[in-house]
Amino acid sequence: MSPQPVDTLKGFGVTFKQIFKKPITQQYPEYKRPVYPRFRGRHRLWRHENGLEKCVGCSLCAAACPADCIRVVAAENTPDNRVSPGERYARIYEINLSRCIFCGYCELACPFDAITLGNEYELAEYDRDDQIYTKDMLLAEPIKRVPVADAELYDTPIPYYRSHS
Amino acid sequence: MSELWWISAIKGFVIINIVLLTFAYTTLLERKALARMQLRYGPNRAGPYGLLQPIADLVKLIRKESFFPTAAIDIPYILAPVVSAFTALAAFAVIPYGKGWQIWHYHVNGVVANVPISLILIFALGSIGIYGFIVGGWASESKFSLLGSMRTCAQLVSYEVSLALSVLGVVITAGSLSLVHIVHNQAHSVWYVGPQAVGFLIFLISGVAETSRAPFDLPEAEQELVAGYHTEYSGMRWGLFQMAEYVNMITLSGLAITLFLGGWHFPFAHGVDFLGPLWFFLKLLVLLFVFIWLRATLPRLRYDQLMSFGWKILLPVATVNAFVTALVVVWVN
Repeated sequence: MSPQPVDTLKGFGVTFKQIFKKPITQQYPEYKRPVYPRFRGRHRLWRHENGLEKCVGCSLCAAACPADCIRVVAAENTPDNRVSPGERYARIYEINLSRCIFCGYCELACPFDAITLGNEYELAEYDRDDQIYTKDMLLAEPIKRVPVADAELYDTPIPYYRSHS
Repeated sequence: MSELWWISAIKGFVIINIVLLTFAYTTLLERKALARMQLRYGPNRAGPYGLLQPIADLVKLIRKESFFPTAAIDIPYILAPVVSAFTALAAFAVIPYGKGWQIWHYHVNGVVANVPISLILIFALGSIGIYGFIVGGWASESKFSLLGSMRTCAQLVSYEVSLALSVLGVVITAGSLSLVHIVHNQAHSVWYVGPQAVGFLIFLISGVAETSRAPFDLPEAEQELVAGYHTEYSGMRWGLFQMAEYVNMITLSGLAITLFLGGWHFPFAHGVDFLGPLWFFLKLLVLLFVFIWLRATLPRLRYDQLMSFGWKILLPVATVNAFVTALVVVWVN
């Protein structure tokens, strides 16, 4: 078979020894590998400190999206219903996460730092309709937090709009 | 030693069930042992340590759609995996796994069917099993299947010759074709792996090639031929082909144990021979581990390397082995 049968037998020894070494697989639900601080996960809509939403419904994010998965319908801010600090707010804001490619263009396009990509990646659902996230789902904090690596370990700077992630 | 027909039937039923259970857990053993040799865990989610994985696989295969290509020829397409699986299982009818026992006042043999020419029967069944692969690939009416099945069968037929010749040494030494006699003789003299070491090596290599296992697994290499003869099979029909392959592996291991490794006898100590089936099973596990070890270690042989090895190297060595054994046996007597 091979011109050096002794080397083949040594190969058998190598595979046999590997049985007794500890496998290097990381078992997922028990151990979750920490993601980097700028990891592009599920989208999050942000508010100002005074409770007004940052999003004004300009739909620049929808225009920038390569997968065309953001739906923005704007409405006017009335004096008794003021949602955002501008003239209008996003009445309907939906992202179809089954179409999103998590590129981050919406985050780059937003002039108000209203939408960023957070760190949550556990987004599995049983039904495709559950993958359409509405505005209140996006405004909310993630239900379960994934481990995030320490930002001090990486010397790439965190931009201002992600400093509150 | 004749026994009642219904005892043979019950024994056959039990043996087939044990073989099928062994097949199921051999798939798990293979995945876990292969994984450990590759520094990863095998399946460990299905049950504790993955022990329910074969059941999960079985349920998946049964629930999967066994599609029927419209171009496929009906009866041969359906019968091909059945023929392969049947011949693979039927070979177990003549492999001895223990000495006879007395249960109440019934005598139970240590083998399901005690045939005087059981070795020839096993080779005949193996040859018929090749029909399953040829017909399966050809009846699928697909280019990949046809080519795959032609290659498979050329490989199987070539190595079958060396397989048969390698056991010729054992037959000459034992003086009988009956597997029961061969096992019996090994208890009184040394196990035939000693004097017939070359024969054992040839038998193992030809056996690995007969069952299309690595390093001779070109028929199943997905990168080469999609999936060879079982491209157009899915669901439980494919499951039957897999079963035929693994049960062939188990049968060949059983045959190797019977012919060379003393069958169901414990080495040296003969007092524990009543636990025959247990020793047989333990030796079977060791040989199955060797099959898996070969798969983890060796790269695949190219088709021309495979064929030239079978015809130009293994066949002459097997012939010379048989010839030298015959000379030695005649000279000793």
